[in-house]
Parts: sequence; structure tokens; C-alpha cells
Amino acid sequence: MIIDHPLCGPRDAREFTVLGDAAWMDRPDPAAPDAAEAFHAYACLRANPAGVTRELWWHEHGDRSWLVVTRDTLSHAVLKVELAEDVARASKAAR
Amino acid sequence: MRLSALTLLREAFSPERTPVWRTPEPKPAYRVIIVGGGGHGLATAYYLAKEFGVTDVAVVEKGWLGSGNVGRNTTIIRSNYLLDGNIPFYEHSMKLWEGLEQDFNYNAMVSQRGVLNLCHSDAQRDAYARRGNAMRLHGVDAELLDADGVRAMAPFLNFDDARFPIKGGLLQKRGGTARHDAVAWGYARGADLRGVDLIQNAEVTGFLREGGRIAGVQTTRGAIRAGRTGVAVAGNTSRVMAMAGFDRLPIESHVLQAFVSEGLKPIIPGVITYGAGHFYISQSDKGGLVFGGDIDGYASYAQRGGLPVLEDVVEAGMALMPMIGRAKLLRSWGGIMDMSMDGSPIIDRTPAEGLYLNAGWCYGGFKATPASGWHFAHLIAKDAPHPVAAAYRLDRFRTGRTIDEKGMGPWPNLH
Amino acid sequence: MTGARLPEGGLIDRARPLGFTFDGKPFAGFQGDTLASALIASGVRVMGRSFKYHRPRGALTMGSEEPNALVGVGEGPDHEPNVRATTLELREGLRAVSQNRWPSLRFDALALNDLAAPLLGAGFYYKTFMWPATFWERVYEPLIRRAAGPGALSGAPAPGREDRAFAHCDLLVIGAGPAGLAAALAAGRAGLRVIVADEDARPGGRLLAERLEVGGVSGADWAAGAWAELASMAQVRLMSRACVFGVYDGGVYGVLQRTPDGPARNVYWRIHARRAVLAAGATERPVAFPDNDRPGVMLAGAVRALLNRWATLAGRRVTVFAAHDEAWRTAADLAAAGAEVRLVDVREDAPGTAPQGVELVRGGRVTGTRGRLGLTGVRVRDGRGVECWREADILAVSGGWSPAVHLTCHHRGRPVWREDVAAFVPGPDLPPGLSVAGAAAGAVSTAAALCEGDAAGRAAAEALGRAPVRANLPEAEDAPVSAAAFWLVEGVKGRAWVDFQNDVTVKDIRTAEAEGFGAVEHLKRYTTMGMATDQGRVGAVLGLGVLAEITGSGIAETGTTIFRPPYAPVPLAAIAGAHGFRPTRRPPTHGWAEKRGAVFVEVGPWLRAQYFPRPGETGWRQTVDREALAVREAVGFCDVSTLGKIDVQGADAAVFLDRLYANPMLKLPVGRCRYGLMLREDGCVMDDGTVARLAEDHFVVSTTTGGAAGVFRHMEFCRQCLWPDLDVSLVSVTEAWAQTAVAGPRARDLLSRVIEGLDLADEAFPFLACGEGRFEGAPARLFRISYSGELAYEVAVRAGRGERLAEALAAAGADLGATPYGTEAMGVLRIEKGHVAGPELDGRTTPADLGLAKMVSTKKDFIGATLLRREGLADPARPALVGLRPVVAGAGVSPGAHLFAQGAPVDAGHAEGRVTSAAFSPNLGETVALGLLKRGPDRIGERLRAVDPLRGREAMVEVVSPHRIDPEGGRLRA
Repeated sequence: MIIDHPLCGPRDAREFTVLGDAAWMDRPDPAAPDAAEAFHAYACLRANPAGVTRELWWHEHGDRSWLVVTRDTLSHAVLKVELAEDVARASKAAR
Repeated sequence: MRLSALTLLREAFSPERTPVWRTPEPKPAYRVIIVGGGGHGLATAYYLAKEFGVTDVAVVEKGWLGSGNVGRNTTIIRSNYLLDGNIPFYEHSMKLWEGLEQDFNYNAMVSQRGVLNLCHSDAQRDAYARRGNAMRLHGVDAELLDADGVRAMAPFLNFDDARFPIKGGLLQKRGGTARHDAVAWGYARGADLRGVDLIQNAEVTGFLREGGRIAGVQTTRGAIRAGRTGVAVAGNTSRVMAMAGFDRLPIESHVLQAFVSEGLKPIIPGVITYGAGHFYISQSDKGGLVFGGDIDGYASYAQRGGLPVLEDVVEAGMALMPMIGRAKLLRSWGGIMDMSMDGSPIIDRTPAEGLYLNAGWCYGGFKATPASGWHFAHLIAKDAPHPVAAAYRLDRFRTGRTIDEKGMGPWPNLH
Repeated sequence: MTGARLPEGGLIDRARPLGFTFDGKPFAGFQGDTLASALIASGVRVMGRSFKYHRPRGALTMGSEEPNALVGVGEGPDHEPNVRATTLELREGLRAVSQNRWPSLRFDALALNDLAAPLLGAGFYYKTFMWPATFWERVYEPLIRRAAGPGALSGAPAPGREDRAFAHCDLLVIGAGPAGLAAALAAGRAGLRVIVADEDARPGGRLLAERLEVGGVSGADWAAGAWAELASMAQVRLMSRACVFGVYDGGVYGVLQRTPDGPARNVYWRIHARRAVLAAGATERPVAFPDNDRPGVMLAGAVRALLNRWATLAGRRVTVFAAHDEAWRTAADLAAAGAEVRLVDVREDAPGTAPQGVELVRGGRVTGTRGRLGLTGVRVRDGRGVECWREADILAVSGGWSPAVHLTCHHRGRPVWREDVAAFVPGPDLPPGLSVAGAAAGAVSTAAALCEGDAAGRAAAEALGRAPVRANLPEAEDAPVSAAAFWLVEGVKGRAWVDFQNDVTVKDIRTAEAEGFGAVEHLKRYTTMGMATDQGRVGAVLGLGVLAEITGSGIAETGTTIFRPPYAPVPLAAIAGAHGFRPTRRPPTHGWAEKRGAVFVEVGPWLRAQYFPRPGETGWRQTVDREALAVREAVGFCDVSTLGKIDVQGADAAVFLDRLYANPMLKLPVGRCRYGLMLREDGCVMDDGTVARLAEDHFVVSTTTGGAAGVFRHMEFCRQCLWPDLDVSLVSVTEAWAQTAVAGPRARDLLSRVIEGLDLADEAFPFLACGEGRFEGAPARLFRISYSGELAYEVAVRAGRGERLAEALAAAGADLGATPYGTEAMGVLRIEKGHVAGPELDGRTTPADLGLAKMVSTKKDFIGATLLRREGLADPARPALVGLRPVVAGAGVSPGAHLFAQGAPVDAGHAEGRVTSAAFSPNLGETVALGLLKRGPDRIGERLRAVDPLRGREAMVEVVSPHRIDPEGGRLRA
């Protein structure tokens, strides 16, 4: 699998470590009244789609960027690769 | 038809053959529907009929019987677990394996040639001591070998200049392998003989609802009603359960590859696992070296993996037993694993009445087949779990009563 | 007559004769031969035995799809099993042996199985060997296993080097037959970076086996010319003997290249290709008729290849049995070479007239063969139904050709049946970037192959932004071929083989279908059809055809099984390459420790000094006791560089760390350290270490050795994915610093002699202080932290100065009793002190389990805060950390033992905890142990049984505080 890194260009997947679903970026508000349930869902429940999914990949043997990789779990096609930092900033700005 | 030496002899000289199972049309309704005609689903149907007297059962399978992970694994059976939530369950499974052939009158080639986990440091030996003692306290066989004990069993291992020295191992002599496809066929045959309808090429496309409860399934071969519906489709749990309204589960689907070499004369006695790298190997009765390692690490439903895992697995294997270098890789395949958030399975009722779930087998599903079927049958028949499988609750992630054998936390690709 | 070399012709070098042996008997062949061609030319027909019935077998094919002619090559550790004689290039001195026979190839005892064949049909394993119940493992299975095979490993590590490599290209051309060469030429001329990979030692593919001309010259010469032109292009790489075995995601192709003349035996390539053209040709199919497996029954194309490429007439009396026009070519070639040829064409209406010198039987069938160790006769039924036996040395069979679709299916695409060519051709779902040309796509003539290859090459050029160059294609044969699928000869008794190696017959398919295993995947698994070393490349499609005839559903509906990588078997040694498993990491003082005679131990990837024996010491315990005592009584030093070190800088560094650790970090003063406890988001302890604040905006944190990589990953995740707005940056500096723990009552005295520029007096540099001094003029960081519980410091110098520091400490501290100590003594010291480590931090423990509940902040959010409050983690009955001491002096307690109340039954239901760590304490003169015990801290003073059933040990232990040395902490504050 080839990951088209926004900074480093196309890189072999073997340079990366996968954390899991990009839902890991959406850490709930610990002060919210439903925090216990929200954290349970955040850490333990997954949509696990057969199709397009977003995942966090770390360029461990590279520039150590975290990337949000949008992939198809049925075809293994890589559809989009973004810097997680950019995604996180954008989502914070949107909130 | 009960198999005996006589039936076999008769078959040898007669071209007459009868199908091992019927190919029935689905009836409009059953007492129980099992979704998934893999090992677990077929075993569930078998035990429902045999142990719990529920014979008005249909198994609906989207492809052919045994087309899931029961036909795509490294065939290892063992009960060498660490945690209290797991040991009695897997030991129950082992006991069922031990009586399986006589029980279902079909030779699944259960072969208890031993499972040896190697250790490579004092700390690892201590961890194995803890595990082995936990097994013994549950009445499971376990032996702790030193390096000489390992050498006596497996002199071909690299004791001289291995990357990681072999310090000993944890041996479960009752562990071994079974002929995976035959397990599915034996359960299918046994269930069919007891009146269970095995319905192939029937893909579930939705669930029937009656008020708040699940009342059966919609399939590509029509609607089938049932009082109780059990889902045993590991690998595809999220897809199927989403149709019942469960759009988020403590499960991710991952690809696990397995590999087999060309046939070779016997050289590896039992199952051997490497403690310093992810590598396990056994040799089939036909002579192929059957081996595997880690999952690829990314979510996948594609039933194929990549070369990095193959390379890592083979590097580990060569470090441990360099004699396999001239063996040739014949075939590789990828199965979809239901990786749960703590590495342990789920056998539980769901919040939807009438719907039961058997899922999250990670890559330990094959060895669990008999007990998984038995306990899922118990759960469905009695609407209550048997104490031995009572820890496999769906809500344990909410309560924190997880069963985390590897201690990796809620990262399914690490289990 | 059996096979014989013709006096002239062929692509062999008669000037280079080669001697070799087969089963010890000497033979001769020529450069350019394969083992199989040389053996056949020498009159040898039996080369192997089948798997189940041990039937004598000869070569069926002349390619890598060969199911029968598998041999062992080489002797001793160099032995390689299961080598296809049909692709093994002959070399001087080659020693080959037959396999799966005893005592000899001609007389094989297990051929008795053949007589029991009625009992051993499909599925017989599953119905038998069950009585009596205990016999399976004791009797039946060992017998079955002994019969497994075919070949054997030597059991010793194989000598010789293997290698692996990466390559990149615009276009990968798979196969160097007419289609592949045309594709490569078109792409190469357009300027693409092209790699051509071909299985054979020589380019040309099928052209090498034919007498067809291309562009007015022989096919082989045209191929050689094309190859030469490609070789002249700088951006083209030609790989012969290279089999593309798999198509992986992202345009990655797995390739195995045999490199007999190179420094490595094989090179395993990962080729990244933007586009690929599959031009791997087609494989001929046999036909199912009784006894179609005898040595001498060969595929027609193989007989033709023997004749044209290897100048070998496989036999003088030849029957050709086929269902399509191409077989006529075989008949014509053989007749031209002087053979007595009979052509049995199943078609009544086969077009054309019999080739010169060929006896033609239209609408005929071969209904049987004879000859125990080689074909002697063939029974032919003519169009009127009249049968007669005729003598024959060779039966050349062709049931048609199957395109090599395998690689197109590696992404789970399914081939589709094309009636006009009577073959499965690649389906529409190809792996991205892959196209198919030539025979692999179902093209039947050479001209069509050239044309399709050329088009594919030009299309690739265009797709990649290159202007294709127009060039005229060479003239080539373009005969229309009519083909009809023909699977089996019906209405005759006898066993007809479908999968030759695994001994699957038509009867087995009938049995499987009748028993309910008629789905293709069931059929494969029930009969083992297609699961032998040839992966069904010869027989699988025939088997499907037979199944289709039996069921009456068409072949198109019957479909195929899934083809999986590898296309051809790949040696494991090549996949592993020359690389060892996991590089060994050595800390900065490794060389120094080696000189001091240290004994080393593997700790994760690291090799660390375990202890430093002195002359006269008789066992490791004596050494470790001395080292541990030295730390408590004088001073010791130990390389702790393997601990992870992460540099944290930025205006928000303190905020960042405060969110990361369970205990407060915000107000840690500059120049101070603090123990840091890090949880996972699920509330379990992830790691522990030290947080040191060097400046307002500059921290350095340490991790455990095993946790270093994971903690850094986690911290980067938090920084980039959770809190991107924080002004903080992270660098892993584990390898940059050599860090040494200096511990013991004389630690200050020793360090004062070595470190300059820092006042080490307790008032100036108290417990948990950190600061920078100098060691031999270069910067040295000092942290006053203690793992042992003694007055202790950790000194960090630049990694390259680590050895120098060790030397300086040893030299300066000689009079103080300065003692290097290893990981073993370090373990003793930490257990004495009650510090948790790996055995306690097993990924399932919470801070409270480890006696660290008080550290956890209740006033802030941090990773893990919320889920730590789940009932299962907050349960007061959870096992928690205690110390354990044996009640009887001198008794041992072993880690892994489980804890029981006195009088309680020893079973899982009554276990209350376990021993996690234990060591002999030379300071206390007894074993000290740590354990996790239910409600442990409330049970100090209670006596328990520590039971270790595995090792048959038991000891009475008393529950004590885990802090056995200096619980008040006076020493470390000294």
C-alpha cells in the first residue's frame, strides 16, 4: 500500500504505524454531564465501515507526522491523505 | 447415516452417494435462526439441536457452508490462556474438541501434538509461569520447560546464534490442530441430521421487527421469521449488526494473513510459537508448513494483506528455525477478523429483544468453535449465559470489566 | 522407443555438454537444457511419484506449472526439495534425486495405496480412522504424516545468500513472449521506465517452443532481437528468471528472481509500478480419460517444446489427442521430425486435411492407456465407435489453453468464461493499473499477441503522459483457431486424473458433488483439487469443466475458485533475505562493559549488561549480590541509556505534560524533577518515568525501556491530533544521550570528582533537583532521582562520551568502592525498594493497583481520567501491590506463583493474587517479593500460601509493605 504523504510524497505503508479510527481525534469534553458515556463511545465503539473509513497513521519511520488517511476497506484504495494537525485545527475552528 | 467401517466399505464398491446435508428451501418461520454458516454458526445449530433440544432451527449463510474464517485459519487448538474470564471457556472448548469425532461421528482430525510457546527472557519466563499456573489452577495441563526441555522436543530450533536466545517454553501437550474444513462439515452434517435447515446462498439483507423486538431476517431468499435470532458472522459483525440498528460496536475488522508452504516430509512435531517475534507454525498432515503472524494493522474487509507482514513473519521464522529457508511459500490468504477492544469475544444478548450476538473472536476463533457454539446455543435456548461464558458481555467496555489477555487496551489492532 | 535427442536444431548449445546425476546415475545434457528435457532426451520417463497413490509419473509439462516432475536438488544442508525438473536449468555437476518413494523410484512400496484406491477416494479421511477412538493420534495419524511429502527439508540451515530489493518503474511487463516484448518495446520507445520480468532464462515465451516465424526470422531470433533493443534503452531494466508472483495494494508487485550467477541464489523484489501489463501467456489443459497420468502422457505443447526448443523427440510413436486446430501443429511438427504420428481429434467436423504423414482420426477418443512405468499403448475409439489398442511411446494431449489469469485475481477479481476461445479470461475487476495482453487475455495467434501487447504498451505511455511512437509490427502467424471445450471422455471405465499431483480423479469429483460438495470451493477443499504445489495451474480448470459436465450447469456458471498469491512457490529464505530479524541495539557503554567482562542480556531490542563478574566469583548470584550491596554500602553505577528520553519544548510544554500525566505537572519548578505516571485513555497505567524541568519552556521526560517508542508515539498523537493549538514540540533524544545512574551513599562524593560546575551539596542540589554541569568540559545533565532508594543521580552526557564517563567513574571512584552494576542488581534494588516495573505494569493495572492512587490528580483532566472511574477499574476488591516475604528464612518465592489464604483450596476460584517480582536481597538476607493481592494493603501481616504448581513449589509468605528498604526515604534525601 502506498500512502501519499502531504509533505513527503508517496511512501510505502511499511514506514507507518496505524493507530486506528480517526475517531480518536474527537476526544470528548470531560466536563460534560455525559462524559462517562461519551468517553466509553470514544475509546471503545467503532462504526467499522465496509467501505470508506478514516484512520490515523503515524509516519514512524519518516517525519513523524500523524496523518488522517481516508481509505476504502473493501478495495484498499487510498482516497485522501491529510496532516492530522491540519484536520484537528480545522475541526477545532469549526466547533 | 451413521458412519462405520461397514458404510465405508460399502461406499468403496458402490457409486451411490448421498448428500452429507440436505439443501432445503427456507420455511417461513423457525424457532431460532442463526445468521452465519461458518464454524461458530454451525456449531451453535448443532448444539442447539443436540444439547438443548431446539431443532426448529435454520442456519442462513450468504455463501457456502464454512466459507468464513473456519475455512481460512491456521487450525490451531489450545486452551493456554491467562485470565479467569477466558481459561474455563477455552478449556471447555478443548474438552469438546477431545470428544468431537465420536460426538459428531466425523473425523475432524483433531490432533493433540502439543502447543509450545517459547520464551526468550527471564521476564517472559515469569509471565509464562504466571499463565501456566493459572491454567493449572483451572485444571488445564501446562508444563514449563527449560532450554534443555525445549531442545529435546525441537532440536531444530536455533539455539546457537539466535537473535533472541531460547530460554524455555510453556507447553500445553493437549493443544494441537484440527482439520478446519472438516470441523465445519462435521457440525453441518450433525445439525442437518437433527433436523436443522442449512440454507446456503441466502444473504441477510435486513432484520424483521415486531414492535421493539427482532423477529427474524430478510434474506436474498426471502423473509424468514424466528422467535430468536443469533448472529455469528465474525469478520462481518459490524455490517450485519448495523442492519439491526447497532451502528457502533466494540469491534474493528482487520485482515490476518496466513501462509502455507509446499508439502514436506514431517519435520515440525507440534505447534511452536516464537516469543520474540510474532510467528507461529505447525505442519499439516499433508506436509505443508502452516504459519502466520500479526495482523496487517489497518481496518480491512478485503481478505488480502500486504508483503510487509509476510516479510516480518518469515524473518521471525527464519531467526527461530533457519532450516525452513529452502521450503517454499505455496499459498497465502487473508481472513477478516472481528478484532474486539480487549481481544476477547462477545457472547451476549443485545439490547434488542430476540437478537443474540456471538462476535469479537479476534484471531482466536477457530479453537473456540465448539465452546462458542455450545455457549451461544445455551444463551439462545435459555436466554441466559452459562457461568463459563458469562464474562463475555457486550457492556464490559462500559463497566471496565474487560478481559485483556495482552494488556494492550482499546486498540484492536494490538490484540 | 523413448525420448531421444535429434542430431541438430533446438536452442541448446551443443558445444557445452553438461554432466549430471539423477538418483545417482550419471547423465549428460547441454547448456540450455532443463533437467526434464535432458532426462527425456536421455530416455528417462519416470521422474516422480504422485502424492496419494504413489503412481509413477513423468513430466507432463515443460514449465513452472509442472505437477509431476518434482525432484530434490543438492545434498546435505544444501538440499532443496520440490524443484520442478521442467524449469531447473541444467548445470555441470547437478545432483538431483527423486522424491516421495521408497525404496526407489521404480519400486515404491507405497504404490500399494494405488490398490486401495476404491477406499481412499474424496473425503475418505473424514469418514474413517475414528475407530477405536484412541487410534487416530496413536496409529492412523502418524502413518498419514509419514506418507506426507513430497520432498524433505534437510533439517539444517541452508548455506548461501539470499537477497531482497526494491525497484520502481512506470510500466512492469510481466512475461517476455510476443505480447510482453511488444508491450515493452512500445513503452520503452515512448520513453517510459520499463521493467520486463520473465520466468524463463531466455526471452520469447511460447515462441521458443514453436517453429513460427516473426518478422521473417525465427520466433526465438525475433525475441532475442527485441530483447537486445530493449537492453539498449537506458530506462529499461530486463529481468529474466524473474517470476511475478503477486499483485499487492498500491501497485506493488512481488517478484522472485533466480540469480544462479550472482552473489545471491535468489533476489526477492518488491516492484512499485505505476502500470503493469500481464502478458504471462497461457497454460495447456489436459483431458480426463482413463489412466491419463502415465509417464509418456504429456501436454501437446510440451511435446512440441521438447522438439523445437530442446531438439528432443519425446517418442517415436506418438498419438496426439486434442480438440482444436493447434494440436495439428504438434502433429505436423512431430511428423516432420520423423515420428509416426496419429492425430485423434474429438471433432467430427475438424476443418482441413491431415498434415503430411499424419494419420487422422476424426471424432475419435482416447479411452485408455497402458504401460506400468511408462506408456506403451493407447486405446483409441474412432468416430464409428470402434476401439483398438495401438502401440505408443507418447500421448500428446491438449484440452485447450487456459490464460494465465492468476495475477488478475489477486484482488479478488473473478475470471469469466469466453466460449469462443473455450477458456476463462480475465474478468473486468482487474487490480488498479493492470492490463492484460496476448494469450493471457485469450488472444490465440502470434499476430494478435503482438498487436495487443503493442496496444497495451502504447496505452500505458499515453496514460502516463508520453507520446506513443508509431512502429510497424512484425509479420506473424494469424491463423484463425477454432477451439471447443473438451473435458472428459465419457462412457469408459477407469480412473481419469484431474489433479495429477494430489491424485484427484473424475470419480472424486463425482463423489464430492453427490455428497453435497458441488460448490467450487467445497469441491477444492473436499477433494484437495488444486491444492498441490502446482496450485492447480494444470488441472483446476479441467476439474471445473468436469464438474460442470456432471452437474449439467455450464462452465461459466460453475465459476472458479479464488486464486491467491503466490503464482509460483517462493523460497522462504528469499523472503527473509540476508537481513537478520530485528537489529540489535547497544547502549553507549556497551564496548566498555564488554571490556569489563560483562554478561549481557536481551532487553527488548537492546543488549544490556546484566552483571559484571569478577575473577573468582563462582556464580551469577555472587556477582549480583556484590553489586547490589555495593550500591547500598558504597556507590555503584549503571548505564540506563535505554530508558526513553523525550525533549519537550515550547511555551505550552507544561500545559501539555499536565494533560498527559495523571499527576500534576503545571507547577513543577524549573530545576526540579518529578515522577510521572502516564495512563492510557482507558485508565490503565501506560508507563512511568521522570519529568524534569530544565527551563520554563523546556522539559525532558523519561520513559521505560520497553515503552519508549509507544510513549513517544502517544505524545505526538496528543500533540498533533488532540491539542494542535498548544505551542509544544517533541524530539526523541533517547539515542542522543548516554545516561548513567550513580547510586549509593558515596554517590555525591564520586560525582563531585567527575562533574564540574554544579554544587552537589544537598542544600544546593536536593532530592529531585536537576541541572546542568560539565563532564570533562562538555555539558552534563544531572538529575537527582533514585530507582534504588539510595542517594542517587542520573548523569546524562552526549552519547559519544558515555564510555568515557564510565571509565572516569570507575577510575575516580576506585577508592570509594565504585562498582558497575547491571540490570540484575538493578532489579534487586528496585524490588527491595518497592518500585514497580514491567511485571507490575502489565497493561491491566491501575494507579490504585500499584499503590499510586494518591498521585492521581482529581483536580484536572488528563488522558485516562474519565475511564479510570469505571466501576470495574475502581473496584476496591482489585488486587493491589504488596510486599511479600517468606515466613521460613531461606525459602524461595517465585514470580508467577499464585496466592491463597491458609486453609483455602488451591484452585482458580480461591486464588487471591500472585507474585509478580522476586529476588534474593543480599541486604535483607532473604527473598523479597512484590505481588498483587486482593485488598492487599489492608492485609499487612497476614500469612498466605504462594503456590507454584508448574514447578511444584509452595512457600508460606507474609504480607508486608512493598518498601523494604528505608520506607521513610531518608537515604535518598541524604
